[in-house]
Amino acid sequence: MVKSETQIKSKATRKNQSYWGEVFYRLRKNKLAMMSFFMLIIIISMCIFVPMFSKYSIETYNAVERDQKPNSTHLLGTDKTGRDLFVRLFYAGRISLGLALAVVFLECTAGVILGSLSGFYGGIVDIIIMRIAEIFMSFPFMIFCITIVAVFGNSIPNLIFILALLSWPSIARIVRGQILTLREMEYMEACEALGISDFRRIFKHLLPNVLAYVIVYATLGMASVILTETSLSFLGLGVSPPTPTWGNMIQEARNMLIIQNKWWYWIPPGICIFISVMCFNILGDGMRDAIDPKMKR
Amino acid sequence: MKNYIIRRLLQMIPVFIGILFILFFILEQAPGTPVSNMMHPKMTPEQKAELALKLGLDVPWYERFVNWIAEALHGNLGYSINHKKPVTDVMADYVGPTLMLSLASLIISITIGIPAGVISATKQYSFVDNVLTVISFIGISIPAFFFGLILLKLFAVDIQIFPLFGLQDPLLKTDSSFIKAIDIAKHLFLPSVVLGLNSTASFMRYTRSSMLEVIKQDYIRTARAKGLKEKTVIYRHAFRNAVIPIITLLGFWIPSLLSGAVITETIFGLPGLGKISVEATMTRNYPLILGINSMLAILTLIGALVADILYAIADPRIRYE
Repeated sequence: MVKSETQIKSKATRKNQSYWGEVFYRLRKNKLAMMSFFMLIIIISMCIFVPMFSKYSIETYNAVERDQKPNSTHLLGTDKTGRDLFVRLFYAGRISLGLALAVVFLECTAGVILGSLSGFYGGIVDIIIMRIAEIFMSFPFMIFCITIVAVFGNSIPNLIFILALLSWPSIARIVRGQILTLREMEYMEACEALGISDFRRIFKHLLPNVLAYVIVYATLGMASVILTETSLSFLGLGVSPPTPTWGNMIQEARNMLIIQNKWWYWIPPGICIFISVMCFNILGDGMRDAIDPKMKR
Repeated sequence: MKNYIIRRLLQMIPVFIGILFILFFILEQAPGTPVSNMMHPKMTPEQKAELALKLGLDVPWYERFVNWIAEALHGNLGYSINHKKPVTDVMADYVGPTLMLSLASLIISITIGIPAGVISATKQYSFVDNVLTVISFIGISIPAFFFGLILLKLFAVDIQIFPLFGLQDPLLKTDSSFIKAIDIAKHLFLPSVVLGLNSTASFMRYTRSSMLEVIKQDYIRTARAKGLKEKTVIYRHAFRNAVIPIITLLGFWIPSLLSGAVITETIFGLPGLGKISVEATMTRNYPLILGINSMLAILTLIGALVADILYAIADPRIRYE
């Protein structure tokens, strides 16, 4: 009796669940996406805690213990100046992931604001914003990145700004498309009849409906920004040493001797990039399916 | 259709001028003028002014911008100081390997990616589908430079079946063009695989989702109800419609392949456009940077236009006003 009551209750709560509750419920059923989610939590916490609690810092030089293979004191060996590569790997993760997060935050903010203005007002505002977006989308991405980095220098704030500048058009287009459909709905007419201000209509009544798409885009965006930043750093045009990132750690492998015999210099950062990019891709894909089950393939 | 193409071409002009304007503006912010590298520190201000005048750098940047466009319309993109050649000649010298590389990787991604996507879709949720889906996730997630280095280590360093560097073996002494072609093909194999992996995975994903969408439609059910063979249904009825969105992808893909060649060419030391654009930025060779960027930008714009036109040709349901 009691059991059936709770069953009825649980069923009822399922039914009355909010939009986001439904989304999380569907996401939780996607095993691959949940695995990626936990993998990412593990990687992120390693990046936070390993440099915090290790007895080595990223700049602990040690001439005696240099160039060592992975062993019990140095889990991933040491480099040619005796720095512990295990600590450097996760410190590099802080830079790579943190930079990607900053870029995604900036590009989404800019993209959402410009995209919603464009979709909401239409007309000349729309034409101008979309033409500018088209200009930024037509640059040859990698070569243009290299050009700007070479001109403005490759400090971390510069890189964040440049990558965000080149990526906002995609999210702006997505938001604009959504707002264009939502704007025609009846509740927006009601908003107009009630005399609600434009600002409130955009931010309170339109954007919450677009939020899901922005979150999916941001997750997939993390993957692509990590790839771009590490590629730039690998070419020597991203974050420059001694600050480690996963990209510039792999740069070491352009040395013949290292690629031949010293796998611990470059394989671990490569695997870290690969796994985190893959997890963000799978999680983003899973979130898209969870948000819009009709789109599920 | 004709009107649509003309309108699109006209719309391209302001976008392209916008791109050039931004490029010019950015290069203008660079520390040191292009002349400062050529100047001897002991030159008098008069000599410097004379040199600037000779190179056309005495006028403000917006005036040079207009001059550059005027010259570019006559096929003159300026002079590359480092190569001691006009920019167009330098680009012509290096475009070959990049084109070969892009073409090879495009062939790889079409011949593997599209069939794999079709198989994946027709056997949705089967073991094969799951394996292919995982592979496609790996393909879009592995960084090109890391994948390239791994291949380089495995097949050029550990087992030396492929050459390590460059486009041709400098020690190869032969007049036979066949042996030369084989040599170049051997040098291009690993780079094309690296450049092609990512696009193969993307083609696979797009084909799969596009196929799945088409398979659900009523006319496919009709075809099956008529008693057609499953093969005919999939390859004659479904595939034709499913492949249309892929055409659009192709239009966007070609310029991004050229841009993606930067990393591949750097790893494998191929003398292509990607490699010289990295060199050009390192040596602040502005005319060359401007030339490569604007050429790729125009390719991107044309690629998008061609994709739209092909889309309309392939799918008569699409109408452009």
